[in-house]
Amino acid sequence: MNQPHAIQLEHIWTSFGDKVVHKDINLALPKGEILGLVGASGCGKTVLLREIIGLQIPNKGEIFVMGESLKTISSSHGKRLRHHCGVLFQKGALFSVLNVFENIAFPLRELGVDDEEFIKYLVFMNLENVGLSAKDAWLKPADLSGGMTKRVALARTLILEPSLLLLDEPTSGLDPISSQDFVDLLSGLHRDLNFTVILVTHDLDILRDLCTKVAVLADQQLVAFGTLATVLACQHPFVQRYFHNQRAQRVFNYQAQAQPKTQQGQLSG
Amino acid sequence: MNQADTHLKTQAILNTVAHEGGNFSVLLSGDWVLSNLTSDSDLQKRIKQAAEDKKLHWDLRSVNGLDSATALLLWQAWGQSVPAGLEIKPEHLRLINKWQNQTVPNLDEPSFSFLQTATYLSNAISDVFEQVLNFIALLGQLLLDGGHLLRHPGGIPWSEISITIYDAGVRALGITALVGFLIGIVLSYLSALQLKLFGAEIYIIDILGLSVIRELGPLLAAILVAGRSGSAMTAQIGIMRVTEELDALSAMGISHSLRLVLPKVIALTVSLPLLSVWTSATALIGGMLSAQNTLDISYQQFLLKLPDAAPLLNVFIGLGKSAVFGLMIALIACHFGFRIKPNTESLGNETTNSVVAAITVVIMVDAVFAILFMDVGMP
Ligand SMILES: Nc1ncnc2c1ncn2[C@@H]1O[C@H](COP(=O)(O)OP(=O)(O)O)[C@@H](O)[C@H]1O
Ligand SMILES: [Mg+2]
Repeated sequence: MNQPHAIQLEHIWTSFGDKVVHKDINLALPKGEILGLVGASGCGKTVLLREIIGLQIPNKGEIFVMGESLKTISSSHGKRLRHHCGVLFQKGALFSVLNVFENIAFPLRELGVDDEEFIKYLVFMNLENVGLSAKDAWLKPADLSGGMTKRVALARTLILEPSLLLLDEPTSGLDPISSQDFVDLLSGLHRDLNFTVILVTHDLDILRDLCTKVAVLADQQLVAFGTLATVLACQHPFVQRYFHNQRAQRVFNYQAQAQPKTQQGQLSG
Repeated sequence: MNQADTHLKTQAILNTVAHEGGNFSVLLSGDWVLSNLTSDSDLQKRIKQAAEDKKLHWDLRSVNGLDSATALLLWQAWGQSVPAGLEIKPEHLRLINKWQNQTVPNLDEPSFSFLQTATYLSNAISDVFEQVLNFIALLGQLLLDGGHLLRHPGGIPWSEISITIYDAGVRALGITALVGFLIGIVLSYLSALQLKLFGAEIYIIDILGLSVIRELGPLLAAILVAGRSGSAMTAQIGIMRVTEELDALSAMGISHSLRLVLPKVIALTVSLPLLSVWTSATALIGGMLSAQNTLDISYQQFLLKLPDAAPLLNVFIGLGKSAVFGLMIALIACHFGFRIKPNTESLGNETTNSVVAAITVVIMVDAVFAILFMDVGMP
């Protein structure tokens, strides 16, 4: 296996002033995996994503994206790398002066696509994918609800079908039906396109149904990484509290009763 | 190709292969993703050309990666159908078939028509009225708040007022001093050239004293503050709208005008007169230096003659004027701040409007003062 990892974190240290956020984080994620990153609020998940995107530089350590070190990458190469990276920010980060249609079409136009018919097809398919109606296309971001903003941002992230997707809490603020739609959409796309995903989530259903790997961030470190089964077996107190409470047990047991086979398949990777 | 290139999807390759018997087939390989196609416009043309020949045999089996956008491109090139005998991996066929059922809704973007132009015009007119009404409402609310605070002095937002005085007043001392000083020098120098011609050098003190204390000092300070603090106040309120801080204040039952507008209005009404005295003083110092240099009028002479040239009443007119300027600048800044809609474009527009309106109103108020106090304070 000499194929490079999609993401490789080597000894990442991050601190803001006196406050240490990451203490020696190491992670190697093979291509094609869907990694669920969990951890308490404020433990530095968003910061880690921002470091992978290159928006923030860790105090120590090195990050490799698609086998390339972010430290030494040339700017033109970095730009090309970004065409293959899709990012969904926690608050959507839609362009407030553009309407929904133009927001979603933005990455296409940046690539130099100018065939309007082509753009329309792609934009409306993506709108449909994230469960929005065509009528919403002319709304401005300020007129959208929180959940709709998330969906539009997701559509904008997915339109180029990047080979690496970084999603920061993609389903927070969505209703359960939309969350399920999101899982279906992403697993459908993953089957056809086989991209790598890192998603930050607090949604146990998503970890169970969508993620092929789970990483747990606690005490400024990566305390568990592996398939859901491996992580569930971890003895770290945070993992115990997070996954072995009543609510989490209900989610996992329900699955075990309803579809024992699928779970077996899921857990074995 | 360096090592890194192999990890990124870099190439889409189209080959036309001739078979025995005069048959041709199109062989696609590599990574067929949109970013590869857009960087190679020639490739798109070749696809279109190849697709025109309906007899061609398409072989996509060696395609590594295909994305929905490129699938759409191919499907459109094939005349929105799949060519006969297409050889392709099943996951890629799924991507192409996805487009078979996709329709583009026939919703056209709202376009312009005569009726819309008419409504646009009427909107523009009613918008002006609305602005005037809103401004008056803001002023009225301010009076009510003022009355309320007189009865309940405990609620006066002292800390906000003092912060604003510091930001808009104290931190403007440097720039107003610099501008005032330079204008004083320039004015004095230009007047000196003319006065020398008539041998009326001593009147430089009259010219400088009256024009700086009565007009230039207050006006310069007001224009600088409008550009500096007026724009900042508008943007601050606007950002509070964007981040829903205004809604949070309302939800907590805190009046916007009491907490946001009133402190700004009081702070500017207090600090602008002081700033204008400061600006006038530095301008006079600049003028005095220049007069000493060009006309040999000593500092002592200058200072002794000044009270006669510009009676004390002028200082009070300047102070009163500046207070009104400060009031108007703060009110206009807040008025435009509340008009900001939660998007970046509106933020920029309204901040510009705020500064332009503030400076215009300052000059208009100045003209009114000039007419009202025509005969007051002249030597
Ligand atoms: N720019 C910054 N300056 C100082 N502290 C920051 C900054 N960005 C994030 N932090 C701190 O880092 C920690 C992790 O933040 P974040 O990654 O956003 O948390 P989460 O895991 O909920 O996404 C938080 O405690 C936050 O206060
Ligand atoms: Mg976060």
